[in-house]
Parts: sequence; structure tokens; C-alpha cells
Amino acid sequence: MSAGTDATVRSGGDVRVTRSRRNVAWTGIGALVVVAVLAYLPYMVYSGTTGILVQAFIVLTLASMWNLLAGYAGLVSVGQQAFLGLGAYFVLIPAMHGLSPFAALPIGAIGAGIVAIPLWWLVSRLRTGYFAIATWVLATAVMLFVERFQSIGGGTGMPLPGLAWSDTALLSAATYWAGLAVTVLAIGTVYFLLRGRLGLVLTAVRDDETAARSSGARVGFARMLVFIVAAIGCGAAGGVLAIQQLQVVPSTSGGVFSVQWTAYMAFATIIGGLGTIEGPIIGTAVYIVLKQTLQSYNAWYLIILGLVAIVITLFARRGLWGLLDERFNIKLFPVGYYLWAPGESRRRRRNGTGSSETPAKASVTS
Amino acid sequence: MAWVSAIIQGILTGGLYALFACGLSLMFGVMKVVNLAYGDLAVVAGYIGVGVIAATHMAFLWAIPIVVLIMAALGYVLQRTLIQAALRRGELITLIVTFGLSMVIENGLLQFFTANGKGLGVNQSFVTASFSIGSQITIAWLDVIIFALAVVVLLSLQYYLSSTKYGRLIRAVADDREAAQLSGADYRHVFGIAAAIAFGTVALAGMAYGTTTVLYPTTGTDTILLIAFATVVIGGLGSLWGTLLGGIVLGVAQQVGAQINISYELLAGYVIFLVVLIVRPQGLTARRTQS
Amino acid sequence: MSEPVNGARHSSASPILEVRDLVVHHGQLRALSGISLHVLPGEVYAIIGANGAGKSTLLRTIAGLHHPTSGSIVYDGKDVTGLRPEKRATAGIGMVPEGRRLFASLTLEENLKVGATYARKGPWTFDRVYEMFPWMKDRREQRTAQMSGGEQQSVAIGRALVANPRVLMLDELSLGLAPVIVQRIYGMLPQILESGVTVLLVEQDVSQALRVATHLQCLLEGHTTLEGRPADVTTEQVEAAYFGMAGSASVERALNVSPDEGSES
Repeated sequence: MSAGTDATVRSGGDVRVTRSRRNVAWTGIGALVVVAVLAYLPYMVYSGTTGILVQAFIVLTLASMWNLLAGYAGLVSVGQQAFLGLGAYFVLIPAMHGLSPFAALPIGAIGAGIVAIPLWWLVSRLRTGYFAIATWVLATAVMLFVERFQSIGGGTGMPLPGLAWSDTALLSAATYWAGLAVTVLAIGTVYFLLRGRLGLVLTAVRDDETAARSSGARVGFARMLVFIVAAIGCGAAGGVLAIQQLQVVPSTSGGVFSVQWTAYMAFATIIGGLGTIEGPIIGTAVYIVLKQTLQSYNAWYLIILGLVAIVITLFARRGLWGLLDERFNIKLFPVGYYLWAPGESRRRRRNGTGSSETPAKASVTS
Repeated sequence: MAWVSAIIQGILTGGLYALFACGLSLMFGVMKVVNLAYGDLAVVAGYIGVGVIAATHMAFLWAIPIVVLIMAALGYVLQRTLIQAALRRGELITLIVTFGLSMVIENGLLQFFTANGKGLGVNQSFVTASFSIGSQITIAWLDVIIFALAVVVLLSLQYYLSSTKYGRLIRAVADDREAAQLSGADYRHVFGIAAAIAFGTVALAGMAYGTTTVLYPTTGTDTILLIAFATVVIGGLGSLWGTLLGGIVLGVAQQVGAQINISYELLAGYVIFLVVLIVRPQGLTARRTQS
Repeated sequence: MSEPVNGARHSSASPILEVRDLVVHHGQLRALSGISLHVLPGEVYAIIGANGAGKSTLLRTIAGLHHPTSGSIVYDGKDVTGLRPEKRATAGIGMVPEGRRLFASLTLEENLKVGATYARKGPWTFDRVYEMFPWMKDRREQRTAQMSGGEQQSVAIGRALVANPRVLMLDELSLGLAPVIVQRIYGMLPQILESGVTVLLVEQDVSQALRVATHLQCLLEGHTTLEGRPADVTTEQVEAAYFGMAGSASVERALNVSPDEGSES
């Protein structure tokens, strides 16, 4: 957010920097209310509904992570399913040794995060296109590697122990709450990360990488952090997926290492709005609605999802949320700043030129 | 002896891999586009081939140029519309759009043709005919023919790029798009031609591949995309003969891996790819480094 | 220094190239603020100014590589503001871009061949280019990346000429070249003019520009600070226009400020 193009900065007097929204408090309270209502849901609805919501939570978590990677750090990863799968397997293995899968969820998440470190070393120097391919290759390689271990199910998969509860309603509820917790943590983490220095570094890099580097921003570190956080988030989602499916299957369609998951998280993010925290929420909603409507037509909803994503990415770069934001200027998760010239007040700003940037004509070659 | 056989097999397979890769090399080298739907295009070509043969009952050999022409036209149109629109908006957008395209194609094939694979209805003996060297090495004629085809295509491509008007334009636009515009070239049209050529070669490769194995809707991303990219990366961008070398290295690595342990065949390929990507991303023959 | 075909500038002579009130932005930065000029056939029109004055932006916008925010470009009486760069090239607006911009992986002759791909009819053939630059004859098959700066500049000029432009734009010919080489290259100008080509050039080297120009325009921070024939301006006026020294009447007029305030951005 910058001051209007034609504002003159007069010498003398300091410039103030404030958050872009005064009343974050309202958003915070609103969020708490929403979470409280969601937490109470299992007592009010059937497990069929909570089951759908768990799917939504999984995709929402994945989409938030993919958004962090592609929308903020510029890393288009087509291999996040590797961490989804690893998270599932890192829940499976402790469960096979007696630990409750729910207790193993953090292990799944952290485990995926740890694997992300050497993987980042492998791909960090690659440019956008090569990076995407490399992540895809790595994901496939990870899958092939994991499939070789017959003890954890090999190529066909294995049921997840520790979930044979007598009270199936309670199991559904527990799965639901696990999904809700993971999602809240995921979105919360993304929000707080982007509000802080990391967010500034990433936005600066998004605008002009060379300038960002030369002003001291630790770009490599920021990207690595994002990659690892995204791995942890996807790992956690993978754990929840395993719990919901009551099994861990590697590669058949719907399997934890399937590239379909990248398709879901990418399309949900794009349709909702790449580069906005609110985007994945809307995108996931669209994903769920489409899935419910086209339930019996298996491949159709991926086709439609894909087509919509292509159209939106070309014509409405910031997705559905971007369209809403431009119309009504709402921000649920404000991470930007306003720059106030000395003597400028909010009222003057509102009455004068609009505070949103006017996009200048792009040059032919950009 | 089994090793010699494996190496020969690997070399021959490398020809097919190079055929897959040269189109990708062209698209990436000229337009800087990483087309994640590239592998799926080969599968689409195979399916079109099956459809054409089923509809017209023509011989397989006649169907090949028809499919190639159809795909080339498709390539020009797709480039001028979708891909150009994505390119104008940046590398990130292009990746996302081609990824979306890949998913749409695969699921489209899945939806309309089910998950069953399609093989190109070739005369059985044609496919399995082989000859022997010595007493222990058997080589399939088909593999030799495909290798020869790959060499012919590479030679033609090299001639085209070095000695024809559009070949020069393609190289010029790849070097400096603006300077080419200043010389009167509409780079969008030149891109379209390059895409048409790329789609044509990948169609050829897809048809050839379809005679050796069954094509499934997901073969594009399961197998072909990575083969094509690995070959380009190993061999180096900017050199057609580099892609042949890359294909051979990949093919041999896979066959050698299979000799050690049959399940290592695919993994060996991936490992080689990753190693080259990390150690020498400009490939084995590249003159200029890609940053 | 050559005179335009019809002697002094007549207001009734119709310009071959006209720029009207051009405003150009780079993102949010305003590079050109309402620039106008008109070039008569046969002239050598020089645009001078310091770095960042907007000279190259002006040429690039005329060539079509950059979109103006407002204003128009008229070539041979027709408005070409909306025309794509390649269409302007085939219409007869040629440019030797800043930094040569040769096709690095192509040989010398291939560079010329690309330039000739969409050539108009005219006197410039490969042979005529080789006559002007005899050294090229033996180095046709050599890759241009290995050539010296001066040689590359010559190839770039040759590439633009074989298209037979009517207006040839030269962007910073002297950049990165030794003065002797620069003189030699500018020495080619008469041959180019002889063939009926009008020249619009941008130069940071003011003395070089003064030596070859028949008409002069100086830019400063996107504004025109001086315009006229080299014979009619003094060195002091040029200096003041180039550096924008406060107190210079023409500069103040152009920038529309009084001597006490700072300049507008």
C-alpha cells in the first residue's frame, strides 16, 4: 500500500507507518466466534456433514500452504503431495507401534518438516520452471522409495491401527476436531508469519528481488522457512487424511502421494485468490460445493475445477477474493501497511484519491 | 552379456527419449515455457491416432502424418491463444496454466475413455520382430526403427533451424525478442510455428511410444513428462544432439538399474535426473549456462 | 554536417515523423511529460540529454516497444500509436537499439538475413552493406558474440539498413565505444542519408551530436529544454539545457517553476 502517486512529500515532520486496518480486534473476535461455532458442530449435525467438513479442512490446510509457497514466496511446487504422504506415513509408523494416531499427528507434521530440509537443499537453487519439475520428480521418487517397504504396506497400502473405536460417532467427532485444529493452526501460522518480518521480506521479493536482496533481506532464509512450514502443514493434513480414511494408501487415485492433491490445493488457492490469505478459504468452499454437486461424475469436477482455475488465473489474477476485495475493500486478515505523510489524516485520505494503487500501463515486454 | 544387451537396449530407447525431448527443448529454449502438459500431449496424439485408425480403417503408417499434422495445428492454436496469454502474465502463471491444462486433459481422457489403456493397433509381428547378434543378444526391429526415426527427426530439425527463414527467425526470437520485432518479425507467429513443430514431434514420439506400450490417461505425467524433462536437463538445453546424448544416458541408466534390480529401473532414471539437476543444471553439452 | 534537402526548416514542409504530446510512464514513474517533435525528410535529428532524461524511452516508444500513457505518434501522415512494433518496422521505421542487441547465436550474415526477412524495396542490399563495411565480407560466417563493440555496432546498423527503412533511429551509438570508432561509425551517416533515409538519433555525447545534427532537441527529466538548429544555439545554452541549471530561462519555461522552488516530480 503506497501513498497516492501524486502526493508531495514536504520536508520537515516525520512519516507515520500504521497497520492497514484499525480494528483488527473485530476480526479477531469474529474468528474466535467462527472457530467456537465450528468446534461445537459435531454436537449438532450428523457425521456425514462433519465428514465433508473434514475434507474441507484438509484441502483448506493444503491450499493455505500452497498459497504461502506460490502466492507469497513465488515457489510453484507441484510436489507437495510428497509431504502429504510423508505426514500420513509418519502417523502410520508410530500407530503401528501402539501410539494413538491422534497423538502421532504432531510427529507426522514434524517428520514431514524434517524431510523438507534436505529436499530444500536439493531444489533451492533452481529457477521457477526447473523448481516445479524438480518438486514433481522428488515427489515421485519419494513415493517410489516409500513403496518399497512392504512392512508399511508397500504399493498397496495398509490400514491405520488404533482407530477401531466402539463409539463411531466419537471417532468422527475426534477426526473432525483434529482437522479443525490443524486448519486453525495452519491459517493462524500463515497469518502471523506474514504479519511479521517474513511477510515484508516476501512482499519485497515479490515486487523486486534484486532490490530486496541488496537492501539486506535474507531472501534464501525466508524461502527456506516457507518451504519447511509448508511441508509441516501438508504433513499435518496428511495425518488427518490418514485418520479419516482409516488407512494409508500410496498411489492409487486418492492415494496420499497422488498428484491430484496438488491439483486440489492449487486450484482451490487459485480460484479463491492467489496471494491472499482469505483466498484459500473461498477456494476450498468452491471445491467442496463442486465436489458435492458432481459427486457421481468422478473426473468431471477435476475438469471443471481445472478449467475454472485456468480462466481465473488468466483473467482474475487475485481470484474470487480479489474481485470481492476490489469491490468492497474488505480485509479479513490484514497484513499490509499504510504510509501516512506528515499531517495526513484518514479523513483526508478517504475524501481524496483512492488509496488502492492505480495500475500503470505495463510495458509490452513484461 | 546381459549387460551388453542392456546397454544396447538403453541406447536404442534413448532415441525415443530424444524424440520426446526435442519438442520440449524447442519450447523451453525459444519461449522459456515449462509446459507441464507436455507429456499429456503425446498421449493425446496416441488417442487421436487410435481414433483416426478406428474411423477410417487406414493403415497405421498413413495415420502417423495425419496425427502429426493435426497436433501441429493444435499446437499453433494453443500457443497463440492460451499459452501466449499465460506467457504475457509471467512464468508463475504459465506454470499454473499448463498444470491446469495437464489436469484437464488427463481427467478429460479419463472421463471420456475410462481408465483403460489404448494401444495402437499394430500388427503383432511388426512389433515383436527381432534379430540377433551373436547367440545372446536380441534386438527388436521396432526399437532400431524408432532410433533411426529419432535421428532423422533431429537431423531435419537441425537443418530447419539453421537454413530456413523461419528456422532463423525462431533462433533470433529466442535470442532477443525485441530486436526481432524491430526487424519486422511478429514473435507471436514465430512462437506459434515453434509450438507447432514441438507438438508435431511430440505427436510422432507419442505414436511411436504407443506401439511399444499401452497408453493410459495418466501416462503423460506418470512417465513421459519426466522422461522428456530429464532428457533435456541431462543433455543440455540449446543442443539437439545434446538431447540425443541425454536420452541415451537416461536410457542406459535405466537399463543398467534394471539389471541390478528390476524395481530400480524407474528409480535409476529419477536419481540420474536429480543428480544432474543439482550438480550441473545446464546439462552435459550446454555452451551457455542457464541461470 | 549535411543540410536537409530543402534547406532551412519550412513550417509548410510535411514531417515524416511526428510525436505529439507524448506522456510515457515506467510503472508509476513518469519518464516523458508531454514531448513533441517533428522530423522532416532528409534531416539528421539529434536528441540529447543526460542519463535518465528519457531519450531512449522516447525512441523505444516510437518504435512500439513501449506503450505511451497519452499522446500520439504520426508517421508519414498516419497515426501509428496503436501499431505493433513489427508493423512499424515493415512500414519503414527502423531502429538500431541501445546496446546493439544482436542475435548472439547467429552469424553476421544470419543477423543481416533476419533484418532482411521483412525488408521493403529499396537501395540497401547485402552487397551495399558489405561495400560500406568491407571488413564484413570475410567475416560473414563468424558469430557476432566474438566481435568487438565497434564491429557489433556496424552489424546492428547493417541489420537495420537491409530492411530499407525510411526513418532510421539510432539509440546511443557511442555507448561503450572508443571515440575513434564512434567517429568512424558516424562517418557512415552521409552514405545513409544519400540513400534517402532520414535519421533520428539519441546521443549522450553532445559534441558528437552537434557535429552531425541538422536539428537538435534536448531533454531533461522528461521535458524538452531546448530545440533548434546547432548553428543557432550557443554552447552555454546547450549546457544549461543539458544540466538544467536554475536561472536558465528556457529551462524554467520548460519545467514551469520559479527559480526558488524545487522541481515537480
